[in-house]
Amino acid sequence: MNATTEHPMVRFEGVTKRYGALTVLDDLNLEIKRGEKVAIIGPSGSGKTTVLRMLMTLERIDGGVIWVDGEPMTHMQKNGGMVPAEAKHLRRVRSKIGMVFQHFNLFPHMTALGNCMEAPMTVLGLPRREAEERAADLLNLVGLGEKKGHYPAQLSGGQQQRVAIARALAMRPKVMLFDEVTSALDPELCGEVLQVIRKLGSEHDLTMLMVTHQMGFAKEFADRVCFFYQGKICEQGVPKELFVAPKNERTQQFLRAVLEAV
Amino acid sequence: MIWSWNYTFEALPIIAKASIVTIEATLLSFVIALVLGLVLAILRMSGPTVGWVTSAFVEFIRSTPALIQIFFLFFVLPKAGIVLDAFTAGIIALSVHYACYCSEVYRAGLEAVPRGQWEACTALNLSSWNTFKNIILPQAIPPIVPALGNYLVALFKETPLLSAIAVLEMVQAAKSLGTENFRYTEPMTIVGVIFLVISLVSAAGIRWLEQRLNRRSVR
Repeated sequence: MNATTEHPMVRFEGVTKRYGALTVLDDLNLEIKRGEKVAIIGPSGSGKTTVLRMLMTLERIDGGVIWVDGEPMTHMQKNGGMVPAEAKHLRRVRSKIGMVFQHFNLFPHMTALGNCMEAPMTVLGLPRREAEERAADLLNLVGLGEKKGHYPAQLSGGQQQRVAIARALAMRPKVMLFDEVTSALDPELCGEVLQVIRKLGSEHDLTMLMVTHQMGFAKEFADRVCFFYQGKICEQGVPKELFVAPKNERTQQFLRAVLEAV
Repeated sequence: MIWSWNYTFEALPIIAKASIVTIEATLLSFVIALVLGLVLAILRMSGPTVGWVTSAFVEFIRSTPALIQIFFLFFVLPKAGIVLDAFTAGIIALSVHYACYCSEVYRAGLEAVPRGQWEACTALNLSSWNTFKNIILPQAIPPIVPALGNYLVALFKETPLLSAIAVLEMVQAAKSLGTENFRYTEPMTIVGVIFLVISLVSAAGIRWLEQRLNRRSVR
């Protein structure tokens, strides 16, 4: 169709991340197509959250290049070579990515509506009225239209997380990152958050990348599942195959352990 | 008779007039200290070299008496060709001194804002300026209002130091009255009472502000 459909939306090219002597991610190569929903699973410490944090530029990378929407994000092309990205370049490319955190990270001194208006107004320069309209629409989308005047402390965990999703969407990102978004929630509140994510998947042409422990949700929702183990993708594939007939021994062990725990 | 009411009523207007100087010195120094303290706190958090130099400066100021700093500005700087009038020298010394204390308070407040708040700002692509101004500061300030308020009262009670370089604040006025009339009891008592009343009123004001801020953040 056009050029943008040909290149992957996100590409990790030989990306390495170390904390001191510990290598968290080792030569990661991963491509995510436009509109693709990818679930990342794996034991804790396998580097799965780091993948999202690097993509959101919350962590520097120690090697390799991350590409977003056809252009390098961590680097800039200059005189035919690649140089590390300057802050301005990072900011521009980062605007294509939105993130939802495990602990919501809502701004406690702002209402639900205020949370969703802050960045559109100060970053995109939307007039107040327009930002408010957009924020109200999104809060409706996540089923919280009536709670828009509430402060985070007045909302349940599930509601806060839905506000956080609306807040990220208000910036119209092309890629949404979900970092264990139900892990801090009481079990009975997970459903409403997953429901919203499901809705986004069907209504929007969004690329989604999620780190999750909700195997059931990953199985039903994701186009592809990546199993991380010790900083590498140990196995990946469509959920049906990976969950039903994992080939790798580590994957089998992990899935067995997770399913037994339920 | 130990106490002369006549003398009291004679001294009162003179000291009341001088109290205006005390209040001016306090408020002016405190406002500068609040702004400069925040700047110092930010410098301390911004990069290793700048941070180290700022820390050293803050430690130096905090570890030397305010009186010495006042003398230094007023008596020593003129030798280097910088002549300040007494009031200006006093204000600079007090405000820098308290800015260093305030910077520690700000730092505690800023560090208490969870890292997730900064990360959310990055994820939303807020500029560093907007992150700081709209997200971090409004969360860092309310919890430190009591501590900053304590420094306001402490600063107020330290303004008599300015009498050492003959700024005509309350204590200086009382001292002059005392030497003129050979009676210190009345003027010094008046000064003490005025300090007491203003300190108590300020403390109450800070408590009120604190409660208001708490109510707002809990809402």
